[in-house]
Amino acid sequence: MQQVADALKRGKRARPLFDPPIVRRALIDSFAKLNPRTLAKNPVMFVVEVGAALTTVLLFQSIAAHRPGWGFDFQITLWLWFTVLFANFAEAMAEGRGKAQADSLRKAKTETFAKKLVNGKIEIVPASSLRKGDICLCEPNDLIPGDGEVIDGIASVDESVITGESAPVIRESGGDRSAVTGGTKVLSDWIKIQITSNPGETFLDRMIALVEGAQRQKTPNEIALNIMIAGLTLIFLLACVTLAPFAQYAVVSAGAGKVPGLVVLVALLVCLIPTTIGGLLSAIGIAGMDRVMQHNVLAMSGKAVEAAGDVNTLLLDKTGTITLGNRQAVAFLPAEGVTAEELADAAQFSSLADETPEGRSIVVLAKEKYGLRGREISALEAEFIPFSAQTRMSGVNMHGRAIRKGATESIKRYVLQSGGVFSQAVSEISDRISRDGGTPLAVAENGRALGVIHLKDVVKGGMRQRFDQMRTMGIRTVMITGDNPLTAAAIAREAGVDDFLAQATPRDKLDLIRREQASGRLVAMTGDGTNDAPALAQADVGVAMNTGTMAAKEAGNMVDLDSNPTKLIEVVAIGKQLLITRGALTTFSIANDVAKYFAIIPAMFTITYPPLAKLNIMRLHSPESAILAAVIFNALIIIALVPLALRGVKYRPLSAGALLRRNLLVYGLGGIIAPFPGIWVVDRVLGILHLA
Amino acid sequence: MTSNGWFQIAFFFVLIVASAKPLGSFIANVIEGRKTFLSPILGPLERLVYKLCGIDPAQEQRWTQYTAALLAFSAFSCILLYALQRLQGFLPFNPQHYGAGSVSPDLAFNTSASFGTNTNWQSYTPETTLSYLVQMAGLTVHNFLSAAAGLAIAIALVRGFARQSIKTIGNFWADLTRSTLYILMPMSLIAAIFLCSQGVIQNLHPYTVVTTLEGAKQIIAQGPVASQEAVKMLGTNGGGFFNANSAHPFENPTPLSNMFEMFLIFLIPGALTYTFGKMVRDTRQGWAMFAAMSLLWLAGVVTAYHYEQNGTPILARNGIAVQASATQPGGNMEGKETRFGIADSALFATVTTDASCGAVNSMHDSFTPLGGLVPLFNIQLGEVVFGGVGAGLYGMLMFAILAVFIAGLMVGRTPEYLGKKIEQKEVKMAMLSLLILAACILLFAGASSVIPFDKGSYWNPPGPATANLTNPGPHGFSEILYAYTSGTGNNGSAFGGLNPNTPWYNLTIGVVMLFGRFFMIIPLLAVAGSLADKKQVPVSAGTFPTHGPLFVALLTGVVIVVGALTYFPALSLGPLIEHLL
Amino acid sequence: MFSQLRPAVLITIVMTVLTGLIYPLAITGIAQVIFPYQANGSLAVRNGTAVGSELIGQAFTKPEYFHPRPSAAGPKGYDATASGGSNLGPTNPDLAKRIEKDAAEYRAENGVTSGIPADAVTTSGSGLDPDISPANALLQARRIARARQVAETEIMALVRKNTKGRELGFMGEPRVNVLQLNIDLDLQYPMR
Repeated sequence: MQQVADALKRGKRARPLFDPPIVRRALIDSFAKLNPRTLAKNPVMFVVEVGAALTTVLLFQSIAAHRPGWGFDFQITLWLWFTVLFANFAEAMAEGRGKAQADSLRKAKTETFAKKLVNGKIEIVPASSLRKGDICLCEPNDLIPGDGEVIDGIASVDESVITGESAPVIRESGGDRSAVTGGTKVLSDWIKIQITSNPGETFLDRMIALVEGAQRQKTPNEIALNIMIAGLTLIFLLACVTLAPFAQYAVVSAGAGKVPGLVVLVALLVCLIPTTIGGLLSAIGIAGMDRVMQHNVLAMSGKAVEAAGDVNTLLLDKTGTITLGNRQAVAFLPAEGVTAEELADAAQFSSLADETPEGRSIVVLAKEKYGLRGREISALEAEFIPFSAQTRMSGVNMHGRAIRKGATESIKRYVLQSGGVFSQAVSEISDRISRDGGTPLAVAENGRALGVIHLKDVVKGGMRQRFDQMRTMGIRTVMITGDNPLTAAAIAREAGVDDFLAQATPRDKLDLIRREQASGRLVAMTGDGTNDAPALAQADVGVAMNTGTMAAKEAGNMVDLDSNPTKLIEVVAIGKQLLITRGALTTFSIANDVAKYFAIIPAMFTITYPPLAKLNIMRLHSPESAILAAVIFNALIIIALVPLALRGVKYRPLSAGALLRRNLLVYGLGGIIAPFPGIWVVDRVLGILHLA
Repeated sequence: MTSNGWFQIAFFFVLIVASAKPLGSFIANVIEGRKTFLSPILGPLERLVYKLCGIDPAQEQRWTQYTAALLAFSAFSCILLYALQRLQGFLPFNPQHYGAGSVSPDLAFNTSASFGTNTNWQSYTPETTLSYLVQMAGLTVHNFLSAAAGLAIAIALVRGFARQSIKTIGNFWADLTRSTLYILMPMSLIAAIFLCSQGVIQNLHPYTVVTTLEGAKQIIAQGPVASQEAVKMLGTNGGGFFNANSAHPFENPTPLSNMFEMFLIFLIPGALTYTFGKMVRDTRQGWAMFAAMSLLWLAGVVTAYHYEQNGTPILARNGIAVQASATQPGGNMEGKETRFGIADSALFATVTTDASCGAVNSMHDSFTPLGGLVPLFNIQLGEVVFGGVGAGLYGMLMFAILAVFIAGLMVGRTPEYLGKKIEQKEVKMAMLSLLILAACILLFAGASSVIPFDKGSYWNPPGPATANLTNPGPHGFSEILYAYTSGTGNNGSAFGGLNPNTPWYNLTIGVVMLFGRFFMIIPLLAVAGSLADKKQVPVSAGTFPTHGPLFVALLTGVVIVVGALTYFPALSLGPLIEHLL
Repeated sequence: MFSQLRPAVLITIVMTVLTGLIYPLAITGIAQVIFPYQANGSLAVRNGTAVGSELIGQAFTKPEYFHPRPSAAGPKGYDATASGGSNLGPTNPDLAKRIEKDAAEYRAENGVTSGIPADAVTTSGSGLDPDISPANALLQARRIARARQVAETEIMALVRKNTKGRELGFMGEPRVNVLQLNIDLDLQYPMR
């Protein structure tokens, strides 16, 4: 999981945390966000704002009445407003990063014109007038006017505006590379596309809305947490409100001191309610989405990111995700009476014209192992037989040599048909290779089986460690493959996945997801083809590849713009990090209250009950400075934690118990201890500056 | 503090540990309707009750129906108790001829609410107020039924965790009947006879008049005490037959009966943790609960014992021996019985407020400030340290939900407990119940601290609400705080210096008892309903384990932190400052 | 809720009969048969008449009797129909005054100068505590010996005889039942 953590660090579009333009915009936004209607969505900060407004009114009354001590009220009021502004700033910062991204996307959305085909004739129309089903022609240097499906032609397209990747991609009709996105540019050749979305609903529009947070809805977990901190706020409100009559009793019974004023009670309330998490909660959520975005993954909702943290089962396609897309030849296993050189020689000949990766790997292996140089095809005057679905073989005819290679069964049929002898050993070798997860490729020359080429799936480096770490995190990995069960089992063993689904059809995949979900598990998967769409829709986290079809992209709840299936693992880590950050800051926020009580309660009642000064364990120098120090600390801690909220708590791939122990220690115990020196320092500074 | 004292505390704990498993399994069997060794005897009786009441025990109820059943039952049984009290003068078993005059409407309301909610707060002096019939057919009945109802609710909540994708949480009537017939009745029967052997009285005689050795006349109160005493402890009710409650020698005559009574308080609550573990098919979960409760219990006992043995400045000033010796207990003996001494009194005070019992064998009001803080704070924690019959478990499960919610986030997953995802609804309901409890305690204590009444007024004849206090200064405030804490927490013990038998206190405490019970139960049953309907998420390495020491520590921490943060300001103006004075 | 009303009413009535009448009356019957002495209040009988209950403390003020602890039950103390403690808080000035007064009296009556056992100057929880600590009883022995004109050692021996140890060796505290002790006193060392 170290890789995941590393990957988290190097976001492709990472900006410095405090990018000056973003900070400038956030500063302005934090004032705009003082609007009570906006703030009412955040109960904790709303209470702070109401408190600040209340003390402001009281402050003006005090000034008007020339009451002494208004300087204290003034400072409290000021810091209460700061508290709200700091929280607003945090949120604005988080949003700002998204907004900056949205701006660059919006540039791609400048008004373009489309070459609309009407009855076979080209009409130039504004792109915004296109409707679903319209057909357009796109030629070099045309901006593709809208999301669509290629229905004719092939073209290289520059999609860098979406993916940030400068290398052009191929788009062609049919298959899984037929989707094009509005705003991208055709570089060469031409395509005809059928528009698939109406104006305002295009992928680009959705993406802009997403990164801007315009459609940001609170996620279920965020709502639950909000309820909890709102509940705590109410409880603290009760504790502070009832402190007035309690103090009244104390003052009457002790005959000394006075009931704490409203300003002090508001100060206590603001210190106690969980302003740290309340102020940073939405920033954490937005920043989480943003982090996903930096990995070039487009999450359709925050809910999807949250769900990623919960995933129990990860479905991974074998090819491209677990293994290096292609099988490679690893050995030549000759039949009896044949030398390995003979076999290698024949195999190399048969593969010279075979441009598939498997074919090339055979040539390379023969060269490396037996020093057989690749020979020039043209010099050989050979006739190459390409692979056909009927024969399931390919090969070469030259100088009286007829070499064929293919699936063992096919070669057997070919050998027997040509009246040759198919040795039992070849069958046995083939079976053994299959059992070990390899693919046997039999080679025959002139009706004689020479032996078998061992083709093998090569598992990507480091996959085993990744899966081990997944296991510690409690995530089960399932490999999906079209291979037969024997092959699948062998690769699964080698890669270290927990389970596999062999000879998987899209239907099987969907059934597996349903089965997992029925037993309460959350499933994540990647997919690109149209036939993956149902499974992507069914999965709790479905990551569609950007190269994939529109149907797949519509069905999933995330799109990976880099089309890198291993990204799923990183998304899971980001989801977890999001939840951890929330939990850690909540714990920290609540733990902080202990110190604040020790600062404020003795300060409030030392005149009524002088012995209460014994609770002033921080030795704060006056009641006013104690209360002020607590309020200031409370405000500053929000700003201090903004980077943590935006970056997220560092995620470590540990077991749940170890992770919790660690975080409890850091944020729980740390949260109890940290404010003591913090408040003490603020108190000293206030003393030095003669502010209280 | 003596080694003998510690040994008694340890002995008590061993009793509770040892009984948890056997009784816990028995309760699980009973409540699930399985056959037990009592079935041959009680089976016919159970079926007779169903038949008479027209109940189909197999008919499962949704949480709303379950709640409706509970509320209908509580409402009617409280009304019946109210009527019994007001009409006692016309009814039999009344040798002292107490009439309606001794039970005013506000007092009768308070007492009905009190016994109907398993609080057993007593604004009156029982031996000069109530007839034997009210004590038996009124109070004893509620001692059984309010405990049985609590047990039923806890079981319903546990079913929520144990079931999956089911809309129903059991049948309230069956749960109530089984709890009463199989669990409370047989054990009470045995306990009552044992208590009799120790000297607890059980008769229907009028009060005995004797001439003392010095020739004075002494009237000795009598009554059917043992039968009520047994279920009073077993059902964590705590309402005494006499004013002095379990300090009274007729309620608690010997150190052995005292140990036995404390044992009865924790017996069912301790066992229910095992029942819980068994029902969710992972007994380690139950033991984790048990461990968290034990830690909190131990912290309370150690604190109370320490400060009570240390005595008070007044005693020290007057040259009173506070060190225990072989021939005298030492310590702060004000309000404590010689036969129990300091250790048993501190232990009893802790146990009775850990649970929602509220019986006392010493007067909490006369405890040292921090010794008295222990019972007060125990109740403010929500009485989740073993707690009331059923109430302790469901209260602790509520805290577990909150603990898991925060901790769950910190492991990077949507929090789950026992395979159930803790989401909006659960958090909302848990917070709601916490909030109601805090509101009842703080708002009413605040009101009583300052509310003015004229002397001789109807609402509070002594004058302002603070005129009802025995003690001045911060201790007086503690009396008010304790009263509403005890009422809201459905405990029933008191800082007895407060005279609560006025309309103001009777009505407000009556209201907080009802709120404290039902606004805890209704949200919890809603949680039960929501949980039962959820799928069970299988456990994986990414699941935060809720049976280990880490969870125990976390749960303990959450209970203490929530309680401390809510009540620190109030406590600092009561017991804390009194200690520092 | 209304559909649940019928079973609510019926079960309340059935359970009232079961747990409110049958259960307590059954226990009364059983207790009266097997523990009649305890069930009726452990009455202490002298010369055929009850002089009190062994479990309920009674007031003794005369010098020739062992004195119980101070009592807050009823205005005069040891009112067995008004059980209860003083409920005085640890910082209450009234408690300070009372303890100061009681301690002075106790010292004066018994000629004690040293420390006094806590139970001697504190009221019990019930106000009906039948016991005092052995230390308390032993400190009173001299006064009683003088009043009854017997050797102090004999009184002390009687105290020791009446001292009940911890139950099962570890439960509760050692104690002396004041009524029992005083009955024994009257029997063995009657006032001349």
